[in-house]
Amino acid sequence: MYGFEAMTFNIHGGYLEAIVRGHRAGLLTAADYNNLCQCETLDDIKMHLSATEYGPYLQNEPSPLHTTTIVEKCTLKLVDEYKHMLCQATEPLSTFLEYITYGHMIDNVVLIVTGTLHERDVQELLEKCHPLGMFDSIATLAVAQNMRELYRLVLVDTPLAPYFSECITSEDLDDMNIEIMRNTLYKAYLEDFYKFCQKLGGATAEIMSDLLSFEADRRAVNITINSIGTELTRDDRRKLYSNFGLLYPYGHEELAVCEDIDQVRSAMEKYPPYQSIFSKLSYGESQMLDKAFYEEEVKRLCLAFEQQFHYGVFFAYMRLREQEIRNLMWISECVAQNQKSRVHDSVVFIF
Amino acid sequence: MDLLRLEPMQLVQLIIPVETAHCSISYLGDLGLFQFKDLNSEKSPFQRTYATQIKRCGEMARKLRFFKEQMTKAGLSPYARSAMSDDVDLDNLEVKLGELEAELIEMNANNEKLQHSYNELIEYKLVVQKASVFFHSAQNHAAVKQREVEAHQSGEGSIDSPLLLEQEMVTDPSKQVKLGFVSGIIPREKSLAFERILFRATRGNVFLKQSAVEGPVTDPASGEKAEKNVFVIFYSGERVKNKIVKICEAFGANRYSFTEDLGKQFQIIAEVSGRIEELKTTIDVGLVHQINLLQTIACHFEQWSHLVKKEKSIYHTLNMLSIDVTRKCLVAEGWCPVFATNKIQNVLQQATVDSNSQIGTIFYVLQTKESPPTYFHTNKFTSAFQEIVDAYGIAKYQEANPGVFTIITFPFLFAVMFGDWGHGICLLLATSYFIIREKKFSSQELGDITEMIFGGRYVIMMMALFSIYTGLLYNEFFSVPFELFAPSAYGCRDPSCRDTTTAGLVKVRATYPFGVDPKWHGTRSELPFLNSMKMKMSILLGVAQMNLGIILSYFNAKFYGNELNIRLFGYLSLLIVVKWCTGSQADLYHVMIYLFLSPTDDLGENQLFFGQKFLQILLLLAALVSVPWMLFPKPFLLKKQHDERHRGQSYALLETNLDDSDGTELHHGSSSHEEFQFSEIFVHQLIHTIEFVLGAVSNTASYLRLWALSLAHSELSSVFYDKVLLLAWGFNNIIILIIGLIVFTCATVGVLLVMKTLSAFLHALRLHWVEFQGKFYEGEGYKFQPFSFASLDKEAE
Repeated sequence: MYGFEAMTFNIHGGYLEAIVRGHRAGLLTAADYNNLCQCETLDDIKMHLSATEYGPYLQNEPSPLHTTTIVEKCTLKLVDEYKHMLCQATEPLSTFLEYITYGHMIDNVVLIVTGTLHERDVQELLEKCHPLGMFDSIATLAVAQNMRELYRLVLVDTPLAPYFSECITSEDLDDMNIEIMRNTLYKAYLEDFYKFCQKLGGATAEIMSDLLSFEADRRAVNITINSIGTELTRDDRRKLYSNFGLLYPYGHEELAVCEDIDQVRSAMEKYPPYQSIFSKLSYGESQMLDKAFYEEEVKRLCLAFEQQFHYGVFFAYMRLREQEIRNLMWISECVAQNQKSRVHDSVVFIF
Repeated sequence: MDLLRLEPMQLVQLIIPVETAHCSISYLGDLGLFQFKDLNSEKSPFQRTYATQIKRCGEMARKLRFFKEQMTKAGLSPYARSAMSDDVDLDNLEVKLGELEAELIEMNANNEKLQHSYNELIEYKLVVQKASVFFHSAQNHAAVKQREVEAHQSGEGSIDSPLLLEQEMVTDPSKQVKLGFVSGIIPREKSLAFERILFRATRGNVFLKQSAVEGPVTDPASGEKAEKNVFVIFYSGERVKNKIVKICEAFGANRYSFTEDLGKQFQIIAEVSGRIEELKTTIDVGLVHQINLLQTIACHFEQWSHLVKKEKSIYHTLNMLSIDVTRKCLVAEGWCPVFATNKIQNVLQQATVDSNSQIGTIFYVLQTKESPPTYFHTNKFTSAFQEIVDAYGIAKYQEANPGVFTIITFPFLFAVMFGDWGHGICLLLATSYFIIREKKFSSQELGDITEMIFGGRYVIMMMALFSIYTGLLYNEFFSVPFELFAPSAYGCRDPSCRDTTTAGLVKVRATYPFGVDPKWHGTRSELPFLNSMKMKMSILLGVAQMNLGIILSYFNAKFYGNELNIRLFGYLSLLIVVKWCTGSQADLYHVMIYLFLSPTDDLGENQLFFGQKFLQILLLLAALVSVPWMLFPKPFLLKKQHDERHRGQSYALLETNLDDSDGTELHHGSSSHEEFQFSEIFVHQLIHTIEFVLGAVSNTASYLRLWALSLAHSELSSVFYDKVLLLAWGFNNIIILIIGLIVFTCATVGVLLVMKTLSAFLHALRLHWVEFQGKFYEGEGYKFQPFSFASLDKEAE
């Protein structure tokens, strides 16, 4: 139905698109961030946030605030909004919305499995999980000893089950395996999501393929950088890259053989969109890479709102809110630890 | 003139010593006639002087919300009018609130702990009871089996008896695996998933027995009520046990130990019951204590929250003041009505005295070019009408306020469209209900729509009164004519009245004294007669109202001292009055049409009065002349004014020229710019003229909606009356009559009273906003929002 979405989109998606655009208007602006960065205490931050959409969520918190409370309440707002939208959504939008949460689900699974490996308390771990990625039997993850059990006991019931088919081994769980599992799952998830969006067609496919390709490429670069100097072989590394995106397939070949950050850089600089990101970094530096990627992502997410009648806005909104919460967390941490000079280091302005 | 022109305002600067600031602001808030300007708008909220106080107030408000939550939980509501004692000040209150909160939290924590163990015991008791039932039934079952087996063994060994069974039952006790079991309780909705996971984790090597608990059980951890199941899991082996325990933890199932021994079971149950009793009394005592505390809080709650709100708003206002460099005094700027000057000064004086300050507050009127906010006095009668005008736009400062005229014209135009005194009486009754119970309604919260109707009760009352009046004029009462004022002027030609439908009636008496003769109703010529009457009337009304608008715009122009506009508008209004008055006085369409088409032709039979022809030509000429007259002078006059100003400017420039050589070039640039502006003004005026001439015609046509709606109204009501009520009456059947009555009532109420009222209201609104106010009303002002505690309370509600 390419080109004809405008005729029928509003029957089911119009209301929610309006809602999500309304939510987007509530995102914090550069002026807000400037004010927040000047805050002296967490109470100041609360006072400033009480004038924003976060107000009702923070107003009943007793005064000695913690960073975690702020982040928790802000996340709660996002979750409430998400749940509201999910309730109102019809197919295929509801499936699309559910896809957005699978990433968190993977993170939660990995978090709990790693936690139990290091003998942490399950309740404590559950509190750290992202509320968007919760599922019924998540707490049972602690029971599993190896990947096969993990799959057979718990994950069979979850939407993540199909993604597991690639990484079932009867090896015992250790840190390395878990990390590989995370990336394999993520790869399968991204590919599945990409396929789903292509099936939806129209503007959704167009915009989401751009956003997801960027996500896949970013993951590929991160995997490469993180696996330099580990025992991960080139072939294994190659297997963790998603099979789409701008870097696929030739860029992946080059990334797979990289031995240090400068080789990654020279591989990436062949791609114009990433050239600008890497040109901001000095040689041999990878700390600022995250921020540069985040900035690029935010730019692309904001562009998704320029077009109407597609589902990309939902994805973009959720991502932007998450970025905003990351910003708030960073600002609050800096304020709480008296590191105000570093406050601008990792804040990504959205508008 | 006061109503028309709104209140004169002034910009005032107050210089308040720091020590009296709080007191002064509080008194000004009580007075509610001063709008503060934000002098610190470039500062973010937490950089302002009184940010800490605001934070404190926010904290106290949070505590109060906490109390409120606790009170609603305990089923208490704050006493509406509690004992007001004025001896509470903010600092004491803060301390007090802090103490109360700490006490309450501690009490809650204690209660929770007790409740927790209480719930745990109750669950324990349940588990023991249910599980003992399992074991008991299992033992019975086993005993029966045992006996059967024994019976078989003792009897002649029948062939039917299973051979294996014997073997099973008499297995060597040493080989028997000791089965362990875990018992506990789990929320019912999780039990299915729990069972599934258990099965998967142990590969089916457990036996799970569940039993539903009747009624909800309170969960010890969350304190929420939930439906639960008691379960017993039998397993073998330590590793399985560990797994089961982990799964139990993951599912939030509470495990309780249990013995097989019957005697011990009874002992445990007795023990637990005893402890439950004990805990129960402790909890009750704690609850009573808590409720007592909450009750004392409830006594003061209203007062405290009021105080906190007040303090918070005071500090917000204080934050808007700019602080002097010496930190000795605060500088406030704001608007106040001129009439309030004395009051404000008195209040400030009072504040100075009350706070024992040496220095008084300085009250100083500033001269400013900013346009002041708009402030009008309203009472409960006029406020609704003012709302109608405000919805279009807030009047510019001292602009003529159409609200005054709206009080009469709005209900009147409505009534023209809604002319039926029966319906009018219905409306009047409905609205008088609201007015009579005004006191009661205004104190309570109303629904969305009721609130709206209640807010506009006086508007509706006026509308109803006027529609009774026009209903009498139209002689309509649910479309039934009445001979109220005199018998009809018309009668039959002969007593038998045979030829009334063919030959018509004759006039037998004097004209019907008031309104439409009732005999017109239902006649063949009814529609043409009413049509022409209503149409002409609506045009007359429209012209009258538009002229009022034009006259008002003349007053406005005069008020703002714009000479040019006055001259033009004088002509315009003359043009309009003249053009339309003749048209409608002559009461004949074609006179008007010929007026434009062939002004010099002989009028023939259309001549109504002497000299009409001459007058017509004169008027037409006047109309023709006035169009260019509207068009040309204003731009030229403006140009002239510009030139004069410009000349003066160039002289001034010439003098400065000596210093600055670039001045001449600049000067040339600016002059060309002004030339360009002239053409712009000209085009603007052209557009304005065309718009006005066309608008005058189209707006007049727009008033025809009065005719259309009133016609529709009378037709609809007569349809309901004739086709429903009279038809039902004709059957002579009581049931049909009742049905007819019901249908008639529903149609009258639903369609005529509600929907027609709404549509007539909307059309009247449009006529006011577009046709009337469009003539003169700019509505670009902003409302006067004084700092006032009264409005603060209203907002909170």
